Amino acid sequence: MEKIVEIKGLTKRYINTIALNGIDLDIEKGRVVGILGPNGSGKTTLIKILAGLLRQSKGDVRIDSHNVGVYTKSIVSYLPDRNFLYNWMSIEDALKFYSDFYKDFDMKRAENLLEFMNLDNNLKVNQLSKGMHEKLNLSLVLSRKAKLYILDEPIAGVDPVARDKILDAIINNYNEDSSMIITTHLVRDMENLFDEVVFLKEGTIKLRGEAEKLREENGKSIDELYKEVFGE
Amino acid sequence: MEFTDKLPIYIQIMNYLKKKIIAGELKGGDKLPSVRELSSELKVNPNTVQRSYQELERENLVYTQRGMGTFVVEDQKILANLRKEMAQEIINKFIKEMKELGFNSDEIIDIIKNYRTEGK
Repeated sequence: MEKIVEIKGLTKRYINTIALNGIDLDIEKGRVVGILGPNGSGKTTLIKILAGLLRQSKGDVRIDSHNVGVYTKSIVSYLPDRNFLYNWMSIEDALKFYSDFYKDFDMKRAENLLEFMNLDNNLKVNQLSKGMHEKLNLSLVLSRKAKLYILDEPIAGVDPVARDKILDAIINNYNEDSSMIITTHLVRDMENLFDEVVFLKEGTIKLRGEAEKLREENGKSIDELYKEVFGE
Repeated sequence: MEFTDKLPIYIQIMNYLKKKIIAGELKGGDKLPSVRELSSELKVNPNTVQRSYQELERENLVYTQRGMGTFVVEDQKILANLRKEMAQEIINKFIKEMKELGFNSDEIIDIIKNYRTEGK
């Protein structure tokens, strides 16, 4: 199997803490991988390194056989865990902004997704609720024809109806040619989406495997396993 | 469909479809929903649904026609067998649990008989 992500000995130190401590992780093409862990486990640091927003202290990170840089940014579509649009923008402005910025942006797909999400193009970014924000941001991110989608907490803090819409959009957008990395601590809501899960604890990988195999071997859902690994 | 914790998701989806076949909601020759439709409906990874379909095909309950979709087999014998098998599974589970509660076989039979008369 071809690999979309290859990580070797990845370490990230901040001034007096170690966020990631020697992580090895390969991800095959066409897979949906869940990175699970509580706040402060290193999920967002890992993802920011993959997205090219942070540099590692040590170790190798390759995406589609390239070191993180201009090329990898052009094939990675990244959903940050916070709003990345300007408040003065309308949804329509946001679409134009994205289509100016990314060559692989598919306007038609974006329009379909926004319609699916029931978002009106004339709304202003500062008029949106938390759930609408997530829906808009996700629509933009999924409308790029990227090789790798990285979604950081896509359903955090949204209501159940918006959550279902977001899950639907993720499923409908998924195809064998692209891969997805999704972080979440809402394991129960998202576990059925994952081919594979990685449990991150204090900057190291505690457990990883095929989601279905883990269920079979342990007779437990991923959510229950998660509670076992991270529970006190 | 509600997922329980004990079983892999693909097996739960297989059981869900088997029940529909037995109940006649899906008849011999009927087309199953596409992988994408079902994964969207159940909020499950399409690869998982695909695996369920492959396993059902391995059990000869469905067949795939290239470019057309996946269909329930029309062989009545296979469908009748499936019905028996699933009934057997439920009965095994029921009897096991009744025995755990301390009922013996005669008592269990009595309870079922009484249940039937009550039901009428």
